[in-house]
Amino acid sequence: MRVAGQTAKGQVARLLALVPYLHAHGMVSVDEAAAHLGVSRKQVAKDLRVLFMCGLPGGYPDDLIDVDLDALDDPDDAVIRISNADYLARPMRLSPTEATALIVALRALRDGADSEETREVVDRAMAKLERAAAEGAARDAPVEAVAEAPDPALTALSRRLGEAADRGVQVRLEYWVPARDEVSTRVVDPRGVVSHRGQAYLDAWCHSAEAPRLFRLDRVRAAEVLDTPVVTPSTGPRDLSDGLFDQADSLEAVTLRIEPDARWVAEYYPVEVVRTLPDGALEGRLAVADERWLVRLLLRLAPAVSVTEPTAYADAFTSRAHETLGLYT
Amino acid sequence: MSAAKTERLMNLLITLLVQRHYITKDRIRELLYPDLEGDAFDRAFERDKEELRSIGVPVETGYVDKYFDDEVGYRIPPDQFALPDISLTADEAAVVAVAAKVWDHARMAEATTEALRKLTAAGISLDREALEIAQPVIGADEEAFDAFFEAATARRPVEFDYARPGREPARRHLQPWGVVRFSGRWYVVGLDTDRGEERVFRLSRVRGRPQVGEPGAYTIPAGVDLREVARRLAPAVPEVTARLLVRPGAGHALRRLASEVETGVRGPGEQRWDRLVVTRPESELTGEVLAHGPDAYVESPASLRDAVVSRLRAVVAREGAA
Repeated sequence: MRVAGQTAKGQVARLLALVPYLHAHGMVSVDEAAAHLGVSRKQVAKDLRVLFMCGLPGGYPDDLIDVDLDALDDPDDAVIRISNADYLARPMRLSPTEATALIVALRALRDGADSEETREVVDRAMAKLERAAAEGAARDAPVEAVAEAPDPALTALSRRLGEAADRGVQVRLEYWVPARDEVSTRVVDPRGVVSHRGQAYLDAWCHSAEAPRLFRLDRVRAAEVLDTPVVTPSTGPRDLSDGLFDQADSLEAVTLRIEPDARWVAEYYPVEVVRTLPDGALEGRLAVADERWLVRLLLRLAPAVSVTEPTAYADAFTSRAHETLGLYT
Repeated sequence: MSAAKTERLMNLLITLLVQRHYITKDRIRELLYPDLEGDAFDRAFERDKEELRSIGVPVETGYVDKYFDDEVGYRIPPDQFALPDISLTADEAAVVAVAAKVWDHARMAEATTEALRKLTAAGISLDREALEIAQPVIGADEEAFDAFFEAATARRPVEFDYARPGREPARRHLQPWGVVRFSGRWYVVGLDTDRGEERVFRLSRVRGRPQVGEPGAYTIPAGVDLREVARRLAPAVPEVTARLLVRPGAGHALRRLASEVETGVRGPGEQRWDRLVVTRPESELTGEVLAHGPDAYVESPASLRDAVVSRLRAVVAREGAA
């Protein structure tokens, strides 16, 4: 279900998970609830304040859901207590879309599993989830997909890098930087392998950049595990659930025009859609850390996406297109 | 976001959920919308009811009195609303947590996240423990994916423009049975009502926004195997063998695909190039070559060369027009 965060129905959807969660877990801290439900602490507190006003119609105090609001303001005792909400003790059923998305993902796991035990576990989980979905939703899932098989070389690389992080030794990487189309060599202190949207990354302190960096494993051309111990304190791999963009040095907002037949671009890249233009094209904003990266992207999609602002980026793109075209004339 | 609106939606939901029988609109107005009357109430109630439905709340409509079908009422049946009891063992929970990372597609990734949130709310602990399992990925770049997926879910017929390569887009009518990924591409499978036969369409060739009809307009034939239909009807993706020139020290993404590399060859300009032989679907190569800008040059085939040149010309022409 697509629920925009900052709408009333988004808040209702969150409350319909928060209330049963609190029911199931008894007393939990705001932090814990926020982490488990993938919502910010501030949002949980905000949602609870609204919940306080909800309940059975009738207007008597006993009809309202009781939320201990004092706890929210006390950082040492931020344990949530609610009562009078028995009718919301269970979360909603999985919608057909949710059930389908999850079942198709589980089938993909099953296809890729290398042991009979794993397949058996996946089968058990699928059977239970099918029962939890709306009537017949999962069984008649209108999606069939075979996942891309994981590359065994990447799996082996991931294992080696993870071991190096555990042992606390440095790694020498030959790493391809697509924005510059260059292979560079650098020594890093590995912290662990993390994944985000299906892509595996090495989180490490990079001694060339003298900063933490994420390295996409499929861009690592070679990795040599060294005997030298790491010299920076290990903080453990970072949590990528909020995305990858916390480490960018400086981001510039670029306004893009996306032609009607390339609207998928807005979905695929982190483009914030500003509006639909009269001719059906989209205007969107993209945070760009590196002009070369943007120009490569625009060339790849040419001519479907162009830069409206800043003009320096637009000029960089068209001059690159001119230069390329010059090869053929 | 308005807290008052959240409150109103929650109270409407709770009111409808605790009813054993259908509750009339008048009663709803009395309890929840005391300040609204007539059309203003009708509009507010309709909108709120649809908002609840849009997040998956089953608001049911029926007759208040079994014998006199004159008054319409509403309720939310608790057994359809609530997730049935479910418990997962630790290893089952772990595979579900891994499955949540499979989708590389905004809509489906969001749906899995929402499903996991509901399971967490039901008291299931979905901490992803160390699980020795390879992480598969399913992506969907095609813009039409969402529209056809939703149409098939709700059994809505679809009308859309479909462009076969080198031809003008043509209007097609389909009862979608489902979407299926086959040899790296997404297809929609269904009954083509213009031809009265089962057909597959490549989602990347759908142009514009598909128009969908009413839900529940058809049934999907029992036992249809989407993968089997796609395999039978989808044409193989033709690959081309291209000869490309790349600058020394550049073109790493193309070099990885090359079956042959020859260094120091002549090409456009003064400098020497490296020649690569690469076999890949043409559309994929076009984008990859374009991304490299003046660091990559197509020698052959002519079709690839033309595709690259015409897309660059379109960029340059737009600059002239602006």
